[in-house]
Amino acid sequence: MATPRIRLPRSASEGEEIEVRTLIDHPMITAVSTSDPRDMLATFAVTMNGETVFTYDFGNGSAANPTFTFYVRAAAPGDFSFVWTHEDGTEYLADESVAIS
Amino acid sequence: MTVERRTLIKGAAASAALVLVGGAPLRADNHNGWQGWRDQLLAGRELSEGTITLDLPAVAENGAQVPLTVQIDSPMTADDHVSAIHIIATRNPAPQIGTFRLTPQMTRAEVMTRIRVAEEQEILVLAELSDGRVFQQTASIIVSVGGCAT
Repeated sequence: MATPRIRLPRSASEGEEIEVRTLIDHPMITAVSTSDPRDMLATFAVTMNGETVFTYDFGNGSAANPTFTFYVRAAAPGDFSFVWTHEDGTEYLADESVAIS
Repeated sequence: MTVERRTLIKGAAASAALVLVGGAPLRADNHNGWQGWRDQLLAGRELSEGTITLDLPAVAENGAQVPLTVQIDSPMTADDHVSAIHIIATRNPAPQIGTFRLTPQMTRAEVMTRIRVAEEQEILVLAELSDGRVFQQTASIIVSVGGCAT
């Protein structure tokens, strides 16, 4: 559960557009129509070289196993960090690097 | 007769303007309180003319996993970029689907995710720009199996 998967190019030129795809296994239980306890991610944040590039706030209408695709301008050194934060404060982390030429 | 025709033309022009600012007029009642969330996001601002391309299937087999792509033409510079995209459900149990927050480090204002759609309804998208303008778009969707079992 809550295993992050990231798809990024291995290398890119400085300033080049890169596609970022993310997926995390998570049931996203809203507890609206079941008696299961609520189990929801609250936010997803992506940084590149320590600077925020993309975030998402999850509402009840966000699907289970949340996935995102978006496009970023590659900048050296190309260090990406992905953080999913649960409503209970637990963080799920993934770090990836793109070699910038 | 001429007067009537003129009235008709005026009416047609008014409808066209409505379509330009925010897509098709919404039919949905305030079933789940979505209007309150939209008003909170608008914070008193009027909608501006602008195009949001909303890629959502007209019919979804499985309402639990419905692909959604939102795209807005934007240079995505520090001075001129889309800063937020809000997805609002008019007939889910809760109106909040989610909010994307974008930055000028992104090359385009184009994002994809998957959403839950409980029943046939209109999905409303608001895009906030860095200069304070807000664009709106709507899309109708029919679902075979609703997506709010969890």
